[in-house]
Amino acid sequence: MRFLFKTDYEDDIKLFPHSGYVISYGVLLALLLIAPFVLSSYVMSQLVFVCIYATVGVALLILTGFTGQASLGHAAFLAIGAYTAAYLQRYNVPFPVYFLAAGILTGIIGAMVGFPALRLTGIYLVIATISFALIVEEILARWESVTNGNEGMRVKTLSLLGVTVPRDSPTFYFLCLSVLVLTIVGTLNLLRSPTGRAFVAIRDSETAARSMGVNVALYKVKSFAISAAITGFSGVLFAHKLSFISPEMFTLQLSIEFIIVILIGGTFSLHGAVLGAIFIVMIDPFLTYLKDDMPGTIAGIAATFGAGPATAGNIQSSVAAFASLNGLKGAIYGIVIVLFVLFEPLGLYGRWLKIKLFFQLFPLYKRATFKRQKIYVKSERNR
Amino acid sequence: MLDFVQQLVSGVALGCVYGLIALGFVLVYKATEVVNFAQGDLMMLGGFFAFTFIGMMGLNYWVGFAGAVAAMALFGMLAERLVVRPILGYPQFSIIMATIGLGYFLRSIAGMIWGTDDLKIETPFSQGVLRIGSLVLAYDKLSVIAATMILCTLLYLFFNKTTLGTAMRASSENMLAAYYMGIPVKRVVSIVWAISAAVATCAGVLLAPITFIHSNVGLVLGLKAFPAAVLGGFGSIPGAVVGGVMIGVIESMAGFYLPEGWKDVAPYLVLLAVLLLKPEGLFGRHVRKKV
Repeated sequence: MRFLFKTDYEDDIKLFPHSGYVISYGVLLALLLIAPFVLSSYVMSQLVFVCIYATVGVALLILTGFTGQASLGHAAFLAIGAYTAAYLQRYNVPFPVYFLAAGILTGIIGAMVGFPALRLTGIYLVIATISFALIVEEILARWESVTNGNEGMRVKTLSLLGVTVPRDSPTFYFLCLSVLVLTIVGTLNLLRSPTGRAFVAIRDSETAARSMGVNVALYKVKSFAISAAITGFSGVLFAHKLSFISPEMFTLQLSIEFIIVILIGGTFSLHGAVLGAIFIVMIDPFLTYLKDDMPGTIAGIAATFGAGPATAGNIQSSVAAFASLNGLKGAIYGIVIVLFVLFEPLGLYGRWLKIKLFFQLFPLYKRATFKRQKIYVKSERNR
Repeated sequence: MLDFVQQLVSGVALGCVYGLIALGFVLVYKATEVVNFAQGDLMMLGGFFAFTFIGMMGLNYWVGFAGAVAAMALFGMLAERLVVRPILGYPQFSIIMATIGLGYFLRSIAGMIWGTDDLKIETPFSQGVLRIGSLVLAYDKLSVIAATMILCTLLYLFFNKTTLGTAMRASSENMLAAYYMGIPVKRVVSIVWAISAAVATCAGVLLAPITFIHSNVGLVLGLKAFPAAVLGGFGSIPGAVVGGVMIGVIESMAGFYLPEGWKDVAPYLVLLAVLLLKPEGLFGRHVRKKV
């Protein structure tokens, strides 16, 4: 294993702690860059969704993971970004302009949500953001002159510098990927800047942060604005990918999906957002697999273990009936959230860290390394 | 004027249901500082249980009601044991997520078992109206108001006059200290969950004649009950009911007097306004940590 000896402060805030990071992420990036020429268009389409979800996940991580402000209203920010893009397209505004406009507008609205949120903590903040999201959803449905109401809006094909970029072209994928990479690098830089460390200080203890001279209000609003702006940018890409948007796409359900992204990935690291996005996007293909191929496979396995054709047929039809149950997706979401909170609170990335540490320390691994501390005394009510 | 009173009464009746769900939030929050996002779904499940007992098995209304309440109390304890107890004492975010997950799960499972149709329970109050002059009040709405008042009185007495209630308040203040004082905190918590699930069931069964039971009813009403609980200040039993009634009245007035669309938004606008002015709710205690 490699020991990292940090001898000065510069070592501590390096973007890449050692050359291994540069190599492994370089390889990953290279693989992602050649992906569209190798993989099928269906997989590419899923990868675009992974990029978009991961970008929103990173945005939410800045707010929830690093500043400690839980938000269940990010679907609304995504909607604002998407609708800004669709609205400005009507007036033939070029892509770079409405892309930036969507981000800036969403950022401003995020800051406006952040101001009232200054006085709220914990559960009150969650409820305030839910209220905000519900109000935005209702406005989108009612403000028909701008949003077309419940009929939804068509989003024209993206055209960048006079070249049209269809939503399933490799160029669109590269665009989404570059937005994701820029967001991740930008967030990493943000987190090692004074602003990022102020965010983390606020998450760990607001009182302590304030007594160290951190302007808590300013940084909370900043965190809201940055998070909302990034979500607005991905909203534009989301709108282009779907090519049609309507209010019922941006419900509380979507906000919860974003929370699931960071929860399953792990709320303490940017890797988490990407892993969680992969998970969320994988659920639909998995359900299709469950419906189409799994019954046959299970019946085949049963047949090899000596089940008669009648029994195998029964098994196949019962598995198929189970897989085509309504609301299986919701049940899987529910179970997965509960299981992750109960057994793997650090998420998928936490699991990876544990495996890595196990092999690094092989005979000396201590089970309690990642054990969380319970706090029965500290009440979140007394802030 | 007559319209106004009519709207007021139906608003109060609807608000009482919100208040009952909010009561469930408040009970759990008061005792364990956990916000149960699955409360609305517990209500939905209670309604389905009652439907199974009354509509499908043909039991007497009151027997079915009692059966549903008992079954849901057990279910509440089970949910507490399986989902909440392992993460008690961790930051609120984990518990919020766990209960959101539980709610998701219950909603989907209920949709699988009972289908996605709207179901209806025949109650003794379904028909009949009370006429005062030209004012027409339906019995089912009056029954909701009466039941809420009875339940609130019982819960208030329970929390303030009984040993168990005192133990619950103690464990909500400081779990560790309560444990050292000999309060069986774990058992207290599971009793709290049983009570809150039972209260939710009452709400579900009372609601059945007004809005039909379907698997999403918990989400819809749960989201309305949140503003109610927050308006009242999370953690105050009278506050939850007053908040619920306020939300119900606001909603029904907005539906009647304001253009379409305001009905669904008005409660949240009021909620945001209240949170801006008084972040700890109307009846909340203002607590400051000393450093």
